[in-house]
Amino acid sequence: MNSATARHSLARSRWRWAWSVPPILFLAVMAGTAIGETPIPVDTILKVLANRLWGANYPVDRIDAGIVWSYRLSRAILAACCGAGLALAGVVLQALLRNPLADPFLMGISAGASTGAVAVTITGLGAGTMTLSLGAFAGASLAFGLVVLLAHAAGSGTGGGRGAQAAGAIILAGIAGSQLFNALTAFIIAKSASAEQARGIMFWLMGNLSGVRWDDVILGLPAALGGLLICLWYRRALDAFTFGADSAASMGIAVNGVRGVLIAAMALVTAVMVSMVGAIGFVGLVIPHAMRFLVGSRHTRLVPASALAGAVFLIGADILSRILVPGQVLPIGVVTALIGAPAFAMILVRGTRAR
Amino acid sequence: MTLTAERIDWTVHGHKLLDDVGLRVAPGETFGLVGPNGSGKTTLLRVLAGLRKPKRGRVLMNDRPMASMRQRDIARAIAFVEQQAETLDRIAVRQAVALGRTPFLSPLRPWSDRDDAIVSRALDDVDMRHLADRLWHTLSGGERQRVHIARALAQQPSILLLDEPTNHLDIRHQLSILQLVRELPITVVIALHDLNQAMDCDRIGVMDAGRLVDIGAPGRVLTAKRLRRTFGVHVEIVDDPIDHGRIMRFRHAL
Repeated sequence: MNSATARHSLARSRWRWAWSVPPILFLAVMAGTAIGETPIPVDTILKVLANRLWGANYPVDRIDAGIVWSYRLSRAILAACCGAGLALAGVVLQALLRNPLADPFLMGISAGASTGAVAVTITGLGAGTMTLSLGAFAGASLAFGLVVLLAHAAGSGTGGGRGAQAAGAIILAGIAGSQLFNALTAFIIAKSASAEQARGIMFWLMGNLSGVRWDDVILGLPAALGGLLICLWYRRALDAFTFGADSAASMGIAVNGVRGVLIAAMALVTAVMVSMVGAIGFVGLVIPHAMRFLVGSRHTRLVPASALAGAVFLIGADILSRILVPGQVLPIGVVTALIGAPAFAMILVRGTRAR
Repeated sequence: MTLTAERIDWTVHGHKLLDDVGLRVAPGETFGLVGPNGSGKTTLLRVLAGLRKPKRGRVLMNDRPMASMRQRDIARAIAFVEQQAETLDRIAVRQAVALGRTPFLSPLRPWSDRDDAIVSRALDDVDMRHLADRLWHTLSGGERQRVHIARALAQQPSILLLDEPTNHLDIRHQLSILQLVRELPITVVIALHDLNQAMDCDRIGVMDAGRLVDIGAPGRVLTAKRLRRTFGVHVEIVDDPIDHGRIMRFRHAL
């Protein structure tokens, strides 16, 4: 009985870390706003925030205020949303498909988004980021739909549509869909793009937070929070997939329904993010693995930890992309891979030794 | 709880894995499934567990068709131990067993002391309490099998389905698991390869090429003739001088 009581209080203390989330996020966003080509002191940022949010009248340099409010703050917040969303999508896909290589772009989403973006930019349906984002979102949704149809056809062919075959069918369909849409993108570029357009597309594909405004945050924040809530709601179902889909079903999980809802939700989150900032690689693959080493594979802890780590990681990567090469902004995807890969290697090696 | 299968057919790629299978397992009965490789034991267990919906025929729990039940309600009554279920996750033994409480938990009905007590009891039942904090990938095959059985016990099922649960176990744990299963006051369907172990079931069913060819008391079903026809072995059945049970001595394949 004693040990049971101890465990119960342990269960309660499991949630105590939640208090550390807001300060960490706040510090990360502050850093993302303060650091850059023009460093801005934290007290200036706080004054701008007070002026904007509570109508305070602190005297602040107008250019500084503009940089903080119109550029850096929205950018830092959207970076956090994207990092959290992509990391969650990675957690979910790795758990459901039982494949450590699964990542948010597995379902053909980044390939579809690039096709959509390229089609819009080059066929000139309109100028401005909104149109490019819409095109990317449409392409991503189309690609995801095709991949799901293909996976469904392949899955029902192997009998039952459940278990390992179904997971395998999804992965193979995703690869096929990605290849198809990458080929379409290459085709459009080769046929009609100028070198300048092709370069622009390349840059966008590698991830780009430069054009971010508050409009994007209004879309990205609900997407990330919604994704987080869905993952937390289904955390036990995600745990139940530990020993595969059949085992999950035998523990009462409506496998097809849960898998459908979660994958569709994560595809939506990913498509929203990709359409705004491009295909930022590595976050969705690496953050979930890193967090499994740190907090274990139970989703009650893994889901919030991955969301937080993804958010902080992407804010950090954005800061680096702005200051690494003076006078030039690197594609954020380059930075995430450059710091993510060695960090991941270190975790892998240390994790193996700890066993 | 009574478990009934009526005229079950199961076909994959035009290959008939189950052909008109029907059986009724009474509450509290321990029912053994035997048969050569590929005779359909695992497929039948999956259908009985509600993991596969048969194209024809139906499964009933206490006369209620399983097809009309939610997966969660099925899982509150039936637990299933697969032949092999592996993971790459770094999961501790206690956490793996705790998964068995999934059908009873919801976002609004969190983990409680009672769940903890049930998990501890299940760990005790399979003699794994002392390894509760070990990680999955450090366990041997037999220890993993015992964890799966504990997970199924943590579901506190009315019906327990086991697919060759003694496969990786040493002889001591084979005997203790079989004894535990027999003593459980619940309905058990267990696929077994060891025919001498099957002798201890209340009734057994013999599967052959997707058909249930015989059902009955082990002594009546497992005759030399049946073993020759279904399993293709020559057997001599001898009396155990100690408890006057029957021992099968397998001489050679035919």
